[in-house]
Amino acid sequence: MKTFLKSTFALLSILVAFTSCNNASKSNSGALSSSAAEKVYVAPGEHDEFYAFISGGFSGQLSVYGLPSGRLFKVIPVFSQDAEKAYGYNEETKPMLNTSHGFVPWDDSHHPDISQTNGEIDGRWVFINGNNTPRIAKIDLSTFETTEIIEVPNSAGNHSSSFVTENSEYVVAGTRFSIPIPQKDMPIKDYKGNFKGSLSFISIDPEHGHMDIKFQLIMPGFDYDLSHPGRGKSHGWFFFTTYNTEEASTLMEVNASQNDKDFIAAVNWKKIEAYVNNGGGTMMPTRYAHNVYDEATHSATSTIKKEVRVVNPLDVPGAVYFLPTPKSPHGCDVDPSGEYIVGNGKLSANLTVHSFTKMLDAIENNKVAGDAYGIPILNFEDVLAGVVEQPGLGPLHTEFDGKGNAYTTFFISSEVVKWKLGTWEVVDRQACYYSVGHLMIPGGNSQKPFGKYVVAMNKITKDRYLPTGPEVTQSAQLYDISGEKMELLLDFPTVGEPHYAAGCPADLIKPRSKKLFKLEDNKHPYATLSEADTKVVRDGKTVHVYMTTIRSHFAPDNIEGVKVGDKVYFHITNLEQDYDVPHGVSMIGANTSELLIMPGQTETFLWEPKQVGVWPFYCTDFCSALHQEMQGYVRVSPANSNTPLKWSLGEDIE
Amino acid sequence: MKKTLNIAIILFATLLISCGGKEEKKKEGFSYEKKATTEQKAKKAESVPASKKIDLDNKGIGPITSLALPSEIDQGMVTQGADVFKKMCTACHRPDKKFIGPAPNNILDRRSPEWVMNMILNPDEMVKKDPLAKALLIEFNGSPMANQNLSEEDARAVLEYFRTLK
Repeated sequence: MKTFLKSTFALLSILVAFTSCNNASKSNSGALSSSAAEKVYVAPGEHDEFYAFISGGFSGQLSVYGLPSGRLFKVIPVFSQDAEKAYGYNEETKPMLNTSHGFVPWDDSHHPDISQTNGEIDGRWVFINGNNTPRIAKIDLSTFETTEIIEVPNSAGNHSSSFVTENSEYVVAGTRFSIPIPQKDMPIKDYKGNFKGSLSFISIDPEHGHMDIKFQLIMPGFDYDLSHPGRGKSHGWFFFTTYNTEEASTLMEVNASQNDKDFIAAVNWKKIEAYVNNGGGTMMPTRYAHNVYDEATHSATSTIKKEVRVVNPLDVPGAVYFLPTPKSPHGCDVDPSGEYIVGNGKLSANLTVHSFTKMLDAIENNKVAGDAYGIPILNFEDVLAGVVEQPGLGPLHTEFDGKGNAYTTFFISSEVVKWKLGTWEVVDRQACYYSVGHLMIPGGNSQKPFGKYVVAMNKITKDRYLPTGPEVTQSAQLYDISGEKMELLLDFPTVGEPHYAAGCPADLIKPRSKKLFKLEDNKHPYATLSEADTKVVRDGKTVHVYMTTIRSHFAPDNIEGVKVGDKVYFHITNLEQDYDVPHGVSMIGANTSELLIMPGQTETFLWEPKQVGVWPFYCTDFCSALHQEMQGYVRVSPANSNTPLKWSLGEDIE
Repeated sequence: MKKTLNIAIILFATLLISCGGKEEKKKEGFSYEKKATTEQKAKKAESVPASKKIDLDNKGIGPITSLALPSEIDQGMVTQGADVFKKMCTACHRPDKKFIGPAPNNILDRRSPEWVMNMILNPDEMVKKDPLAKALLIEFNGSPMANQNLSEEDARAVLEYFRTLK
């Protein structure tokens, strides 16, 4: 009996011990995760602290997120058609996707960057590059719409783009692939010495943001991978990483990885700008599209430009230098002070940091180690500021928090590593799930980063979310970097494959956000500014329908006299003048998308009726309690009929 | 005799129906809903619909708390108001007949000037809180009064234009 009691007691105490242990550990992890949850929790109806503009990668678009919540607000169509918003489908925005190759409805969008004033993010525009058919787009952050796209001639794989200088003087676009300039029919094996790489400096009009290619620097035939502007003391310079200085054209993974060091190209653009302003450079015949969206006419126009100014770097002595940098560097990042230029040598075990001051000193004292096609190469040791020793495997990109720390992503070892500028010591590392590419600190490409969060954009997702078949969502992760150690707060899914991102405090953008288009400012050539002006006009086989919408009807909503074989343009003006009251429209059988028309806006879609009958159209955006009643009919008669053209609304209303 | 009379009445009635019914009405298919509406109307005849109700004390809810109209009508304002009305309001209102929303003619016989102004300037809150505006929303099938973001000056001009609509 005693033994029984004893053993029961023993058992009980073990149980108690176990349970209390369990409890302790549970409450521990509970407290931890709840603090992470609190940090990303934005209560219903409240707003996030930061906007994040995350590139859509192979979707060709730009997505807008809130931080720290990781909530998706909008996908802004940029280089790809978007049926939801009729971008690239309606008559007004089709010209936005025009290029010298014709209409190209897709691209691969990579590196968003926000405009700056005095080295600080100003929240006016965000620029992003189309990688495949080289283009740079400008998105107006008062409307969150793509308002300009300029094609970049003499470029291929527009990757070292689209980074903005500290007063938004230029948005810069560099070619990844070198090509014959001008293009010509020649054997691929004759690449070496014959192919060239172009670095384009696109000026930004300070008032409207209009883009214009000021000059293209025609460089040796390397791959120009990424770039960043100098800032502060190095303002006026631009830095580009290169790989394939071997100038190989086949089996690149081996042949472009031969040289122990490639280069960072340092370009003194102020010097070249002065040279160009004095008539320097030559105008070269070429073709490229410049597409501009006008907010007054709600319409885009596309112009094909016929020439571009090119500059041979050898004609501007002292404008371009090569800084040797180990092993095919990828990211090229400049710290907030402008002193340090980080070359993320993706095949190197170490991280190389160059010093701008030492570079200027080497140039001044003519410490040249050699040249590549006449461009001086400085001594590695003369420009080196320091090395972060073995921080991880496969460094790709570095951002800065403005407090003396740098954060570098490592693709192969799948982590973000925090290290100190100047002492080059590693402070902290956090795992990424999985294989991180870019990272972003709001204001990262400026003199004033907002070092509170870093977003890591991962290349591989695997098991992080519920599976959705072989294709899974792309994944981003948010870390709190306000303390000494980084803390993983949140996973959130992203659109396409995010490359770079740009972020800024919401307060920079929110007060300027446009809520509607004023009817009185609507200068669309087919606008209908009041219901009394609605009409249907026939011009040969073309029919123009001047239609209006307001809750909850189309005017007119009955149309007769349309014939098979006509081209019917529906020009629809939304007469609403209240925030967030768009109307949509779609027509049965139209070979295009719906329209989504904002208050005060006019949009147009084309319908080519092919069958006789009475065909309905309706509002596609739930607009009011009577949304289901927002519908109408078009009578289509045979091509040879004499049905008179008629239109009406509510003829039989009492 | 009685029988004949009965037959005559039925015949007469049939004649009446076929004479009275236009060709159009036959084409309508069925008229169940229309009849129901008429019946409802008839039943509710004693209760005045919101659009006919007179309430000159209710000032509504919104920026306008007091507005004294001068006895003379300002023709300059009328012209401006007519223009604003044409651009911003005619999608839903006809001056003298019910359309999507009620007709504004003789509005000041039924409403205070403040109420009219607040209905133009602050429709979202009005249809939620003001008893007359709420009843109007229901009378007009839930068709909302759109906020066309008129300035106070434009709304005042529209009101002056309404004074001329009889």
